[in-house]
Amino acid sequence: MTRWAGTYSWPFVTRNTIRTWYLIHRWSSLICTAFLLMLCVTGLPLIFHDEIDAAMGGDAESALAGAPSAESGLPLDTMLATALAERPGEVPLFMAFSQDSPLLTVTTGPAPDAPGSEMTLLFFDRASGASLGSAPGNALMDFLLQLHTDMFLGQPGMWVLGAMGLLFVLALVSGTVLYAPFMRRLSFGTVRKTRSGRVERLDQHNLFGVVALAWMAVIGLTGAINAFADPLIEGWRDGEVAAMTAAYADDAPLPPERYGSLDAAMAAAQAALPGKSPQFIGFPGGDWSSGHHYAIFFQGDRPVTQHLLTPALVDAATGELTDARSMPALNQALMISKPLHFGDYGGLPLKLVWTLLTLATIWVLWTGLLLWFRRSPGAIERRIEEIRTGARSKVPG
Amino acid sequence: MSRVSRQKTRTIFAWPLALGVATLAGLVLGLTGDGPRDIAAWALLGLAPLVILGALLRRAPDPSSSPR
Repeated sequence: MTRWAGTYSWPFVTRNTIRTWYLIHRWSSLICTAFLLMLCVTGLPLIFHDEIDAAMGGDAESALAGAPSAESGLPLDTMLATALAERPGEVPLFMAFSQDSPLLTVTTGPAPDAPGSEMTLLFFDRASGASLGSAPGNALMDFLLQLHTDMFLGQPGMWVLGAMGLLFVLALVSGTVLYAPFMRRLSFGTVRKTRSGRVERLDQHNLFGVVALAWMAVIGLTGAINAFADPLIEGWRDGEVAAMTAAYADDAPLPPERYGSLDAAMAAAQAALPGKSPQFIGFPGGDWSSGHHYAIFFQGDRPVTQHLLTPALVDAATGELTDARSMPALNQALMISKPLHFGDYGGLPLKLVWTLLTLATIWVLWTGLLLWFRRSPGAIERRIEEIRTGARSKVPG
Repeated sequence: MSRVSRQKTRTIFAWPLALGVATLAGLVLGLTGDGPRDIAAWALLGLAPLVILGALLRRAPDPSSSPR
């Protein structure tokens, strides 16, 4: 820290280093700005996904009375039979539980490895056994989510957006480096007003950017991690699941007609992981299991661990536990990064703060874009000089 | 007064650093608990938008009044 203490010790004060950081800031920002504006605009309504779904009549959950489906209710085999009767010829892919209500969901598809586009999500009341029909779709929210996740381009789209998240972080770092010399003679929070508007935009860009810096960095990084969710799950399945189920490696995948009792499997898993609550079951042959196992995912019982999943692999034919291990560190990081990105873990006030910070981010992006768009010839050298010497009161328009 | 004599780097980053620490603390607190921790998360994360609002509302000095 002592190197920072002296007036002239900030290591980036020479004209050439400022030029380098300035160009890094300009280009990392320019490349990612259009994508980030899209992500901010689509992300705003997604913050309120739950509230919007509820308002549009999609809140099947709050009307249900009874014990949480993760704890008790009718036998799982009964619930699964009800679901499969609604989708003749299809196989079960997932069963998911609620920690708050008797709502239980079953996902079916034409084959164990069916892609997401061919899956059907069904809602049930585990307390009464009643079918609640297909999950109420919300075409607009689904559209926004898809645009926000992969721009309808699948994994390549996710990689592009992940890379944009990392460029955004680079823009934040370079912007912070430039902030120091620029603010040498301005006190924090100064927004100077001028006729041309350029200086005001620049000051707002710096103020909004530096104040929301930590939040933007966290959202950018967690968003980038989320972009690699599918490869991380595949890596877990091909690595750890394959190792846990090595004894089954030479067997043909278990056909759906030989799937055994879910209740027996759940009992075996809960005996191995006492006190934990089940979140969902991945059926054999899907992305979340082996070809022969029910993968039952349990969440932790404390707030800090409820975002972390521990899978128990149970032989789907016999109902005997094969192994239960927590997921690798990278997958744990992915699970923690999801709530941090979505902002959905602290109630409505947190979502409102998320909204304000997203609006601040949009303003940083927009003012940055305007500063670039309305530049004049030879502007780079003047800008670099402006940063190097610190902002002046005698403002070049 | 917005115009100040040459500031040390640690002075320049005092406010941003404090806000960054508050933001990260709020994110972690919100994630690791409910009830009081959520309220602390709202307050700590809400500081950043409040500071921006405060800076915008503060009567900004008009540089056009100074000799150009």
